[in-house]
Amino acid sequence: MKTCLVVDDSKVIRKVARHILETLNFRVTEAGDGREALDSCLACAPDVVLLDWNMPVMSGMDFLRALRDSAIASRPKVVFCTTENGMAHIRAAIEAGADEYVMKPFDRETLESKLQIVGMA
Amino acid sequence: MSDGSDALKFNLPFERASPAGTMGVLTAILESRTGQQLGANRAWRIETELTPLMRDLGLASLEALAVAAQRSPTIAEQVADALLNQESSFFRDAAVLDLVARALAAMRVDHPERRLRIWSAGCSFGQEPLSLAMLFAEQPALAGAAMPEIIATDVSEAALARARSGRYSQFEIQRGLPIRRMVEWFDTDGTDWIAKPELVRRIAFRRMNLVAGALPSGRFDVVLCRNVLLYLTPEDRRQILDRFATILQPGGVLVLGAGETTIGQTEAFQPSPTYRGLYERDASSV
Repeated sequence: MKTCLVVDDSKVIRKVARHILETLNFRVTEAGDGREALDSCLACAPDVVLLDWNMPVMSGMDFLRALRDSAIASRPKVVFCTTENGMAHIRAAIEAGADEYVMKPFDRETLESKLQIVGMA
Repeated sequence: MSDGSDALKFNLPFERASPAGTMGVLTAILESRTGQQLGANRAWRIETELTPLMRDLGLASLEALAVAAQRSPTIAEQVADALLNQESSFFRDAAVLDLVARALAAMRVDHPERRLRIWSAGCSFGQEPLSLAMLFAEQPALAGAAMPEIIATDVSEAALARARSGRYSQFEIQRGLPIRRMVEWFDTDGTDWIAKPELVRRIAFRRMNLVAGALPSGRFDVVLCRNVLLYLTPEDRRQILDRFATILQPGGVLVLGAGETTIGQTEAFQPSPTYRGLYERDASSV
C-alpha cells in the first residue's frame, strides 16, 4: 500500500482528499503547513505528497524547495493541489521540481489520473 | 432556435407525445440520427441531459420537447447531440496510445516512401486526436515532415465545433493530460485552456455518421474507434468493422475501447500478435 502525505491548511480539503485517496487504496497522513510536512517526510517517507500552495508557517513552494534541497533519502513525487491556477504559477512549480499539478476544485477522476501520470495509481 | 419557436406555434394533436411514449420518441431520434442506442442503464440520464436544452427553448417538459423535436430538424439534432455520450479525456488509456505510436514508428520504417494516415472515428471533443498529435510531435520518428496525417470524425457537428476550437474547461484539461504537456501545448483564457493553433492544425476534423455515412477517402494505417461501437446494434457493429477492414492498409491496425472486441463480431480482424490489445486486418478475409 502506497502512502500519500496531504499538506493543506484546510481541514475540509484534507478530509476530502483523504476520502478520495483511501478509495484509491492509499494510506494517508496529513500536515497543516510546509514545516509539518517536512517533519512528516523525515518520519514516514511518503511515496507522494499532495501539496497546497498558500499555507501559514511555510508555503507549499518553500516546502518543495526545501524538500528537493534536503538530504531526505526518499524522493517522494510531489503533486501540487492549489487554487493558484495561472500559467506563471504552474511554470514556477515545474521549475522547482513538482511532478504534477492539480487545479482546485478537483474530483476523484482528476486526482486519480494525475496519480497515474506520476506512476502512483 | 427560431425554427423551434415557430414550430411551437402550431398545435397538431397527432404529434403530441404521451408521457409514456416520450422516452421512446427521444431515444428514437438519437438512434435515427446517429445509430446509437440508449441502453436501459443510460435511460435515467435522459432528463438530466435534456433539461438544459428544455430551458434554452423555453419548454416546460420532456413531452413538449419530444413534440418540438418531431417538428423541427434543428431541435431534433440538438436532442441527439445532448443524448450522445461525449465522455472522453486526454490520453485515455495512455498505454494504448503509446502502443499506437510504436506501431506507427515501425510502419514508418517499413514504408518510408509514403505519409502514414490515422483515422480517429468518434472523436467527440477532440481529446483523442489532440493527444495523438502531441504524442507524435514529441517523437523524432513521427515528428515534423514524417508526422502521420490525422483525420478525426464525429457524428455531432456541435462536438466537432468544440474540437476545432480546441477550448477545454479546467476539469476537462486536467483529466489525463500531464502538466508539462498542458504548459507546452495550451494557452489559457480565463479558466479555459486552448490548444495552440499549430497543434489543432495538424488534425482534419470532418463530420461523419459511422452507420450511414461515406467512408473517408484513401487508406489508413491505424483506425481508432474507441468506446463507440458499444452503443450500436450488433448488426451495425459488424457492418462498421467490415468497412474498417476495407480501408486499412495491409498490416494496418484497429484500436477499440478497453471493453470492446472484434471477436465474435466479424471475421475481418484478428488480435494482433505484435501489439497486444490491437487488431489486424485478416488478409484472407478481405
